[in-house]
Amino acid sequence: MFDLDRWREIFQAISNNKLRTILTGFTIAFAIFLFTLLFGIGNGLKNTFAEQFAGDANNAVYIRSGKTAKAYKGLQIGRKIQFKNDDYKYLIDEFGEDIQYITVLLTKFLKAVYRNENSRYQVRGVHPDIKFLEEMELEQGRFISYFDLKRKAKVVAIGRLVEKDLFGKRSALNKYISLDGFNYKVVGVFSDPGGDNDERYIYAPITTVQAIYGNTDYIDNIRLTFKPTMNNAAAISFGKKIGQKLRVKHNIAPRDQSAIRIQNMAEASQGVGQLMFGLNLVILIIGLGTLIAGIVGISNIMVFVVKERTKELGIRKALGATPKSIVGMILQETLLITAIAGYSGLLAGVAVLEYMAPKLKDYFITNPSVSDVLVIGATVTLIIAGLIAGYLPAKRAARIRPIEALNAA
Amino acid sequence: MGKTSLHVLKGLDLEVKEGEFIAIMGASGSGKSTLLNILGLLDIHDDGSYYLNDQLIENLNEKKAAVLRNRFLGFIFQSFNLISYKNALENVALPLYYQGMKRSERNKKALFYLEKVGLKDRAYHLPNELSGGEKQRVAVARAIVSNPKVILADEPTGALDSKTSEGVMKLLRQINEEGMTLIVITHEEDIANMSDRIIRLKDGIIVSDKKVIKRKIKK
Repeated sequence: MFDLDRWREIFQAISNNKLRTILTGFTIAFAIFLFTLLFGIGNGLKNTFAEQFAGDANNAVYIRSGKTAKAYKGLQIGRKIQFKNDDYKYLIDEFGEDIQYITVLLTKFLKAVYRNENSRYQVRGVHPDIKFLEEMELEQGRFISYFDLKRKAKVVAIGRLVEKDLFGKRSALNKYISLDGFNYKVVGVFSDPGGDNDERYIYAPITTVQAIYGNTDYIDNIRLTFKPTMNNAAAISFGKKIGQKLRVKHNIAPRDQSAIRIQNMAEASQGVGQLMFGLNLVILIIGLGTLIAGIVGISNIMVFVVKERTKELGIRKALGATPKSIVGMILQETLLITAIAGYSGLLAGVAVLEYMAPKLKDYFITNPSVSDVLVIGATVTLIIAGLIAGYLPAKRAARIRPIEALNAA
Repeated sequence: MGKTSLHVLKGLDLEVKEGEFIAIMGASGSGKSTLLNILGLLDIHDDGSYYLNDQLIENLNEKKAAVLRNRFLGFIFQSFNLISYKNALENVALPLYYQGMKRSERNKKALFYLEKVGLKDRAYHLPNELSGGEKQRVAVARAIVSNPKVILADEPTGALDSKTSEGVMKLLRQINEEGMTLIVITHEEDIANMSDRIIRLKDGIIVSDKKVIKRKIKK
């Protein structure tokens, strides 16, 4: 029920007791300010970690080849292992059921030319699945397709920054660029959450790249993702099995890590998961600590406020104030002050975060921010704490005999 | 109000009739303040019975006490007990606020009573901008604004010089003559002699109860 007279009483009490109001408000505002700031910075750290590991599917397995480190079956040490198309087919045959996406990569550094603009880029011959492995997003057109592979089409999908370099502000779609003298049609432009480097790649069908630059069936490496339904342990052993099978196929010693190198994100994500958990825990402790400090602060202030007002409350009682109206007045006043102060603290915290965000980027803090729900929850918690902390002494003050209150102080 | 009979402290029997002006005297510790606080429902009596306006006061909870205080009783304290951050007018209007009266109406009424105590021009001053006598007159206005049956005054002139005291007592006399019952605690003979009846307490017992024959101040 809105009681204008009650609000008048409260506004008068607030504006005529500025120190008390400021003390109460400051406690809440400062607690919420710190809470917002610390949580925001914590979230910023988390975002940095998330970003470091973003850009590639987190169920990815990278398979690379190198030189043998052990002699095996009469073959000498230091033999270079070269993957070919049949390794790709072999993996599909052996592990098809567990594989979600798979592609080969054959990388060339080629000079790309469009009219007067030219620059060197990493050109990757791939299967269409690379789109999912790199988590690319198509901005225009389409990605290369299996049909392109089949007819060895001279088509490419280029990164957003390649388009920017060569075409400026114009669209590259359906234009032709030359890669070391061969003309390719641009069928798509993509962006990549992995950042600038990943947006400077040019993707072409693996068959086209093999045919034009070298005429071999060589491939550099293979990337795949396992089915996301696979649990972490199964995923780790899946990666190991791939290594074993490929070593057998290429006559490599079973434990020769340098000839066949398997990089399994499942192993990395285990560590990252633990790190994130730790980080979350630290943030949680900081947040709770701030909140508890705020609760203790507001409780103390409320006890002090009621104590200071004991005499006034006694006068009011002598003049006919009921205990209910006394408690109600104090709680309503507390609610008003804490709500406004909490909101100011929140605004100040968010403003500081916004202001500091660009500068914090150097300290591994990315996009520091807090969720509305969280901060409003914290504010409400403090308001409730303030109400409880105010209610108990107010109740006692309202119960006290007017004459005792009048004699106080 | 019919009769207010009570049985307090170490057994005292007192009946105050409507319209009386009583002074209660006694050395400190004689129980006069306790008596007044019990009369004013500011304190609770342990034993005996107290009729206020023919109504037996018992099992009084805080809410009921608050309503009775608001309707029937007005208080004047030695230390004025004005709310420091409210101006004279707001202090006077406060009992009316607790009656649930509208703001415009209660301010009008408060101003009327301030005029009555001669402080209309000081209505918007805060207590610390007023002299002691002015403060007490604001307190008197506050006590009578709700038109109570009984005014209870605890050493109303205790903090004032004799000239100011006389002014305040004249004011109280005037209020009494308009029909309000007044019970004043004092330890000054001069002040007590301005009442109609003096009750002397000693160690919680009434030692004398006399009518005042001669009035020192005329109306």
